[in-house]
Amino acid sequence: MIRIENISKGFKKLQALDHVSARFDRGKVISLIGPNGSGKTTLIKCILGMVKPKKGKIFVNEVQINGDPCYRKNIGYMPQIGRYPDNMKVGQLFTMMKNVRNASENDLDTDLIVKFNLVAIFDKPMRTLSGGTRQKVSAALAFYFNPGILILDEPTAGLDPLSSEILKDKIIAEKKKNKLILITSHILSDLDDFATDIMYLQEGKLQFFKNIETLRKETGEPKLGKAIAKIMKSQLQKSWVDDVLNIETENEE
Amino acid sequence: MMKLSKYVLYDILRSKVVLAYTLFLFVISISLFRMEENNGKAMLSLLNIILIVVPLISMVFSTIHYYNSYEFIELMLAQPMSRTRILLSEYSGVALSLISAFFIGVGVPVLIFSPDPIGLAMIFTGCALTLVFTSIAFWASVKARDKARGIGFALLLWFYFALIYDGLILLILFTFSDYPLEKLTLVLSALNPVDLGRIFIMLKMDVSALMGYTGALYQDFFGSFKGMLFTTIIMLLWAIIPLFGAIRTFNKKDL
Repeated sequence: MIRIENISKGFKKLQALDHVSARFDRGKVISLIGPNGSGKTTLIKCILGMVKPKKGKIFVNEVQINGDPCYRKNIGYMPQIGRYPDNMKVGQLFTMMKNVRNASENDLDTDLIVKFNLVAIFDKPMRTLSGGTRQKVSAALAFYFNPGILILDEPTAGLDPLSSEILKDKIIAEKKKNKLILITSHILSDLDDFATDIMYLQEGKLQFFKNIETLRKETGEPKLGKAIAKIMKSQLQKSWVDDVLNIETENEE
Repeated sequence: MMKLSKYVLYDILRSKVVLAYTLFLFVISISLFRMEENNGKAMLSLLNIILIVVPLISMVFSTIHYYNSYEFIELMLAQPMSRTRILLSEYSGVALSLISAFFIGVGVPVLIFSPDPIGLAMIFTGCALTLVFTSIAFWASVKARDKARGIGFALLLWFYFALIYDGLILLILFTFSDYPLEKLTLVLSALNPVDLGRIFIMLKMDVSALMGYTGALYQDFFGSFKGMLFTTIIMLLWAIIPLFGAIRTFNKKDL
């Protein structure tokens, strides 16, 4: 569904993406992982057309992205930090998006609105919402139009455990509908439940892009975090995942 | 596009700044017409206020609005909506609200107290200046990444067009006063929408008789249909070129 060919992007001195190529197919849940500033969000923004890559091509459904915004009809995007017009009320936001996207009532997916009980806050202005509630609104909005491609940038960050579970269940449900889901997260244990492929970026370079089953088989580790750590250990001297796991195990103990 | 503009307009109306601007213009216009015995004198005072206030408010308001609706723009970018359309909706929302404010605040009193060619020229100039300076402000704010720089840049441009430019022209006129400069000043005035608007209205007023030979030449030019057309086209260019630049920059920008 999405094909990326040799994408490069630099911001002044920083090389955010360095010749990244990948192919994402329908029915997959792709986990984009990597340390902060490794280019995950930049890659997502390139796919959405918010950031213009310096080199390379991106195809969505076999059509190259070049200014025509139509392809975004089929994409639901949940940003890392959802920013919305301050004065707008939650209900108005949903109505506006419906209007703007010309969606008919029948195609809408109100599942998350119901489960997060967002109707109760429909008359609250966006500026009064807490960070977590804002995340819920972003999530509900991403799934609202029933898109074939879902792009979720750190969806569970800032959500309480209950809401986080609701969102994860929703992701699994959408995965079963043969959709493509692109997800970035720092919480590797979250990804265990639904990820099918792992794409690891570091300093803008694609380190590896593997199916999760092969990854598990190669390393002999059932847990995603440990499997990745093992691979990174064999490939790189200084591994970020290693440090993360150390902290995680310390916390568990 | 209308759909998006509707939300932009709605957002603007909620902030009440435009309402205050309308009221401000309305109070000034009415009180000028009530204070001065002669409507012509009132028009002259009104002209000077308009030429300063309209560009200033258009610039500052448009810049602040652009930065305040950054979230909205960000939200829309992830939707199936082209960047050109998003920016044009923002522009038309702002321009429409500012023009309506001007029309209600100044246009209505002028039409009541002085419904003649001078009045019409004044309304035309005010609306044109609003469009022009909103365009320029959009370009400035799309170019500058942060708010402070954007507003600073917009203010600087306003200083240039409203104050500094006149000083420069005077300097040129004094330095080269031995040469015939009528044609040159005509061209120079076209390079500043505020000056163009001022000359366009002044020449319709009685005071133009005081301007001597230059005034006569101008009268000859601006009084004719050709002059009207010239003013309209130059004003349109002043509105379209910066807007076009803003769209170009916006389309290339990383957001």
